[in-house]
Amino acid sequence: MNMRPPPPKRVLGRVFIPTVTLAHGGGGKAMKDLIDDVFISAFAGGAPEVLEDQARFDLAALAKHGDRLAFTTDAFVVDPLFFPGGDIGKLAVYGTVNDLAVGGAKPLYLSCAVIIEEGMKVEVLRRIALSMAEAAREAGVTIVTGDTKVVQRGACDKIFITTTGIGVIRPGLELGIDHVRPGDAILVNGLLGDHGAAILCARGDMALEASIESDCAALHELIELLLAAAPGTRCIRDATRGGIATVLNEIADASAVSIEINEAATPLRDEVRGFCEILGLDPLYLANEGKIVIAVPAEESEAALAALCAHPHGQGSAVIGHAGLGEPGRVTMQTLFGGRRIVDMLVGEQLPRIC
Amino acid sequence: MKYTDEFRDAEKAKVLIKEIDKLVATIEIARSRPINIMEVCGGHTHSIFRYGLEGMLPDAIELVHGPGCPVCVLPMGRVDDCVSIAERPEVIFTTFGDAMRVPGSKKSLQQAKADGADVRMVYSPMDALSLARKNPDREVVFFGLGFETTMPSTALTVLQAEADGIKNFSVFCNHITIVPTIKAILDSPDLHLDGFLGPGHVSMVIGTAPYEFIADFYKRPMVVAGFEPLDVLQSIWMVLKQIKDGRAEIENQYARIVPEAGNNAALTAVGKVYELREFFEWRGLGSIDHSGVKVRDEYASFDAERKFAIPGVKIADPKSCQCGEVLKGVIKPWQCKVFGTACTPEVPLGALMVSSEGACAAYYQYGGVKKHTTVRAGSQPVTVS
Repeated sequence: MNMRPPPPKRVLGRVFIPTVTLAHGGGGKAMKDLIDDVFISAFAGGAPEVLEDQARFDLAALAKHGDRLAFTTDAFVVDPLFFPGGDIGKLAVYGTVNDLAVGGAKPLYLSCAVIIEEGMKVEVLRRIALSMAEAAREAGVTIVTGDTKVVQRGACDKIFITTTGIGVIRPGLELGIDHVRPGDAILVNGLLGDHGAAILCARGDMALEASIESDCAALHELIELLLAAAPGTRCIRDATRGGIATVLNEIADASAVSIEINEAATPLRDEVRGFCEILGLDPLYLANEGKIVIAVPAEESEAALAALCAHPHGQGSAVIGHAGLGEPGRVTMQTLFGGRRIVDMLVGEQLPRIC
Repeated sequence: MKYTDEFRDAEKAKVLIKEIDKLVATIEIARSRPINIMEVCGGHTHSIFRYGLEGMLPDAIELVHGPGCPVCVLPMGRVDDCVSIAERPEVIFTTFGDAMRVPGSKKSLQQAKADGADVRMVYSPMDALSLARKNPDREVVFFGLGFETTMPSTALTVLQAEADGIKNFSVFCNHITIVPTIKAILDSPDLHLDGFLGPGHVSMVIGTAPYEFIADFYKRPMVVAGFEPLDVLQSIWMVLKQIKDGRAEIENQYARIVPEAGNNAALTAVGKVYELREFFEWRGLGSIDHSGVKVRDEYASFDAERKFAIPGVKIADPKSCQCGEVLKGVIKPWQCKVFGTACTPEVPLGALMVSSEGACAAYYQYGGVKKHTTVRAGSQPVTVS
């Protein structure tokens, strides 16, 4: 009998030096070792039989989840890499998972491309990869493909991560930024601005100390609960860069409605208020990484609020305002003080005021 | 947020607004034209918009947003000087955040940074001094900007740098003084002002005596005001009360912060490091005598103007820009020919569109909702006031 010997079991490479060098991006053994040791071992939880250049999906299996694919990509650059409440790895997973989930999709697969500045400590890279793996497990997604590049010192800031996600939308679910109608209630799922304030504090160049943690979280479960309780939900957006002010303007614009929010109903942590007060920043424009803006028909607002509040990521949820028949695209705020002002899009980045 | 929320009480605001309404009804001139009250300070402008105060006040009161935003009144030529210093390879140029976007004739500091200049945002001049300590082989320049409010902190930083023997630190001094500017506005022939809200933080440093001429010579009331919304409303009430009583006095609403005599330690530091310039160029207002300060000869080695050759070219304001008229209260921001068209916060033509404290940017961003409501066909008007 002429039997073929079994294929040798694939052994994961190891990195034995503490620092990433340009050699780790060169396409040779050093690169394979880095990918094996840091990423594959974290993401795949062991040595896969074979590695192809692409992930492959069974279409029939995907179709069991729904009738449309959702596809999104996001790049993550954050300084510092680790901050109270999270790190760049968690952000890279949660951010893309949330971008899928706010469209009503069930998030399934992620890709992960990293650009590493030479000189990065392998241990730091490993911490980030393990954090991504943990975040992916929690979010119920698999990281199925990736890429690694190493660039010269100064060509990027420590590490940039791009994740792309695929999810599936169930039949009949139609969320849209242009679906909001006058009278709809506008909700958020908790305290606003924590992420933006946490990052600014963590940079440490303001000599301000505050115990503010990033709110970064995967919101797919929360959104599932919400959609079950309020099936008429019109639209969901995550309020990341630009804060809720930007999202509200986008919604008002796309749906040709006015939106009025009530400052008294807008959930803010005292520390974040104080932080904004000192720096002359407006919390409505601070970034969030675990907050969504939701529009639902008025009659479903109570059910929606109850569903949100029942989930850990929905603590502090509130109805903050309503869509109306005013000037289309205009967002206003009833101030705590009894006045009224326009909440416009931010022009550039928010810059602290001089005095 | 204790000690601030007390000054943002909506119920107390309602009471104050009622009192203001009552008072306005008894003022004779309010029957024929609006009462024009200028808030001199950009911080007040910011509060007025942030809390929507204009919409709460009776129509008979017009708030005129004055020249008190130091970022806004910086002329283009000075920004060009900043950029030229910042673009020197040995320089780390440090600045407060909101000065980053002020347009020069060719570029802003933000654009210079994108083009490769080492421009860094700091929160205090002391941060700039620490940068100088950490980077002994670089020249760290701090963009000294602001009225008497920020002047003491740069003066103290210069004194600290001298005491520590730090040689690679200097200040590009663009500090300005408020009093000559108020005088210039009062001397303007097209003036329509009935009273002033005086700057709170400036007065914390200089006290209230320097304003006496406003009451004595120009017969206009001024109330030095705090920055919380109740402060502003109460101060407006106090100005109205003076008008009603036919008085012109300098009153101090912000006594919890502002001592009548000012802050002697701060004034001493300022006097030690700075002296008055003969004149200083203001965007929109032109050259005003004795309205700026420069570093004294004794501290010349900390003066970026002397350390580096700067172009110092005077650039005229764009012709279509009406910032000067807005600053003097002759026209409202939206009455400017280029407001919202050629001049927007994205591409500011005039200085008042630059900083969030600038009257035009504030109108554009937060909306002068009372006066500036637009109605599109087929939609209902936003009823705001």
